[in-house]
Amino acid sequence: MAVSTLIGAKIHRREDPRLVSGRGRYVDDMQPTNVLHAAFIRSPYGHAKISRIDLTEATKAPGVEAIYTARDFEKILQGAMPVTNSFVADKKQPIGWAYIAKDETRYQGEIVAVVLARGRDEAADAASLVQVDYKPMTPVVDIDGAVAKGSPTAHSGIPDNIAWDTTVGGGDVKAAFAEADVVVKQRILQQRLFPIAMEGRALVVEYTPIENKLTMWSSTQVPHWVRLCLTLATGIPESNIRVIAPDVGGGFGSKIHIYPEEYLAAAASKLSGQAVKWVEERSENLTATHHGRAQIFDIEVAAKKDGTLLGYKVTQYVDTGAYVSVFSSFQCSAYAIAEGAYDLKNVEFRTVGVLTNTTPTDAYRGAGRPEATHAIERGIDLVARELGMDPVEIRRKNFTKKFPHTNYLGLIYDTGDYDKALTKALEIANYSELRRRQEDLRKQGKLIGIGLSTWIEVCGFGPGQGHATTFAQIAAETLGIPYDQTEVRTGDTGDTPFGYGTYGSRSLHVGGSAVLMSSRKVVDKAKKLAAHLLEAADEDVVFEGGRFYVKGSPDRAKTMGEIAFAAHRDNLPPGMEHGLEATTYYDPPDLSWPFGAHVCVVEVDPETGAVKLQRYVAVDDCGNVINPMIVEGQVHGGVVQGIGQALFEEVLYDHETGQLKTGTLREYMVPTANEIPEFVTERTVTPSITNPLGAKGIGEAGTIASSIAVINAVCDALTPLGIKHIDMPATSDRVWKLIKEAGK
Amino acid sequence: MSHKVVTTVNGRRYEHEVEPRLLLVHHLRDNLGLTGTHIGCDTTQCGACTILLDGQAVKSCNLFAVQAEGRSLTTIEGMAKDGQLHPIQQAFWDEHGLQCGYCTPGFIMAAAYLLAENPNPTEDDIRRGFEGNLCRCTGYVNIIKAVQTAARTMGGAEAKPATQAAERRA
Ligand code: FES
Ligand code: FES
Repeated sequence: MAVSTLIGAKIHRREDPRLVSGRGRYVDDMQPTNVLHAAFIRSPYGHAKISRIDLTEATKAPGVEAIYTARDFEKILQGAMPVTNSFVADKKQPIGWAYIAKDETRYQGEIVAVVLARGRDEAADAASLVQVDYKPMTPVVDIDGAVAKGSPTAHSGIPDNIAWDTTVGGGDVKAAFAEADVVVKQRILQQRLFPIAMEGRALVVEYTPIENKLTMWSSTQVPHWVRLCLTLATGIPESNIRVIAPDVGGGFGSKIHIYPEEYLAAAASKLSGQAVKWVEERSENLTATHHGRAQIFDIEVAAKKDGTLLGYKVTQYVDTGAYVSVFSSFQCSAYAIAEGAYDLKNVEFRTVGVLTNTTPTDAYRGAGRPEATHAIERGIDLVARELGMDPVEIRRKNFTKKFPHTNYLGLIYDTGDYDKALTKALEIANYSELRRRQEDLRKQGKLIGIGLSTWIEVCGFGPGQGHATTFAQIAAETLGIPYDQTEVRTGDTGDTPFGYGTYGSRSLHVGGSAVLMSSRKVVDKAKKLAAHLLEAADEDVVFEGGRFYVKGSPDRAKTMGEIAFAAHRDNLPPGMEHGLEATTYYDPPDLSWPFGAHVCVVEVDPETGAVKLQRYVAVDDCGNVINPMIVEGQVHGGVVQGIGQALFEEVLYDHETGQLKTGTLREYMVPTANEIPEFVTERTVTPSITNPLGAKGIGEAGTIASSIAVINAVCDALTPLGIKHIDMPATSDRVWKLIKEAGK
Repeated sequence: MSHKVVTTVNGRRYEHEVEPRLLLVHHLRDNLGLTGTHIGCDTTQCGACTILLDGQAVKSCNLFAVQAEGRSLTTIEGMAKDGQLHPIQQAFWDEHGLQCGYCTPGFIMAAAYLLAENPNPTEDDIRRGFEGNLCRCTGYVNIIKAVQTAARTMGGAEAKPATQAAERRA
């Protein structure tokens, strides 16, 4: 990209003045008059039969307008929830996910009835009067329980709990393991997590009869998908549905699913003839909004004595929860980058989807990539330890060094320089000094650990926050107009063409490229028009600094503004249409592969097991950077979410009842400013060759690398005690128990 | 049975009849239309609803509207004056102390209290001051920087220079 003034600059985010002054527009801030408030009645059990629903008392409650159950919705919502994803096509058990439970409920939080009332509190009061008689059944709440022989099934009438079982691979894994000097094996837990966007989900929806139109405001990451799915479910044509995502208070994947509430609220508006509003409460959110991770990895790594990696076998169990969710293919996407940053061709990856009586799982920040990175980075550390090698040395030895690189599945990595990122991270962290200090402190009985992770990611299918700013920077730069004169609109299906939304760190890579290409189309057209007005040949016109002029006479210039105005007047070249607009649907020809290296230093207290983070260094490479301030912010957020997983967060279910044991934020620890160390974020720049911006996604980088950097550091700290592995979250309790056992 | 509540919010007097169970945060949002105060939890953990009650930071989801009778309240909408952002708001903007912005009003109000009590907070003071506020987007790094910057612009004498805020104001 040419020398630029706007691209790469730390420009202030333009959405911020509104947001810092309390003038954001989140869905709950909309207070339409004459709206009915919805309350959902949800099953309190993991698995139960519904024997009777009695609405007598609830119907009489003050303010109640209507109460609906499964039967009412049958007239309006067709079949089961539309599942939009191709992966589900080859699942073993095609299990439909009903919009609302009729005879059986399969997770705590599954909806059985909907109350509409004039006020929020009235809806809640009436909901508490709905009498549902349940016959509780034995639930299965985790992978081990669900795959065990003779275990109960999550759904009545299915033979077992396996939703899918698929193996992919490349190279000759058998030969690689036969040739190996060492093979390490490890079971690794990816515990279940709550995504916890600070704003829960929220909806306002209005159906207008006669016109047969539906307008929905939803706190969603994917308004165009919501519209499509509403069409599939209700039969209302897409052109009659408008979905608007106003300000969205965080998503992290939890708002890419199209949820039962969206269909049911839309249908309830149609049934009642009135607008309907619903705002999810936090405790409701913890059962009703999808969870993340919930996986187990069994890994085997084969290597030569000198540390050369030979082969890699993985079995991934994914706890799908009670239903296979819309984007759960992200849940198994770990296979795509199983071998991480290493040149390793002999790989076998088996993924098994397991149904349980828990909230369905789906993409959560990083979706598949943190899991893949965790597994291989844990594996390579275990090999290094087995061989007495330094974790740095073994990584350098095995890095993929030539690009473009074709991985074991045939995916092409565009560009990379993994050693550069690692070297920089080690320099900043002062690695050799750290190791020296570690040795000294170990002699004094102190448990210091240094953890590394080198990560790669595949982008092109991603949440970009701050795109109003980033996109405007790109457009202003290319069009040669002041940044202040651009406006970015997203999130409303009414005035934007179809887009897949923001997930998988795709905003910049895909959306940004589309903005760039559209801007270039506009410049091309404007140039033709300028040539016409300046009475010159197209090729003689120069575009520079927002002005068009004929070569050699820069004084007689037309500005982009003048051209835009002229484009709506009559003096156009023959055949040219009015207006200065362009639309681009950008489908990147290939994926882009950001990467990086993180170093974490921890101290473990041998008495209490408490893990203290001492230092965190993140070096990330996401190609050309449009706005470094936004990139850095995304890395900070991601790193902290990863630290949360490594040390604090875990969703737990009661085995008997299938109910959450961590049902509020009191039991589930979201990291606060107190738990987080100061950290250093740095960059290397290796531009992508697969998109015109040279950019790669970054939204998830921090999360991908951080949980494993922390865990590798904790394992390193515990090495003198003979401890090889610890599962997440490494709470003081868990660490303390391991230390006690090791001492026996 | 409803009760009369008279409050002064951001310098304006309001009089309402409310139900005794109405939470203060709902009163502010629903009756006064001050939707800048957010709700992020139902167990008083997240601090998204933080406001000042007679100058003290409180979680408005943890009080009933009737408890605000006769009191003076400041919400996020009352921070900017004469079309100028408050220095804390400006610092959040300058230091990229927000992403989705949902937690931000709560953090800014908590920061306002923190700086009123302690104009020169150390980094540790700031972290401790935010014990009751959750943010899921920023990793807190830039929120802490924002408070340091605000402390400086508000005249806290020893507050350390945070970052090159000026350079960012491209
Ligand atoms: S809404 Fe008040 S603390 Fe969460
Ligand atoms: S900025 Fe999103 S929760 Fe803090």
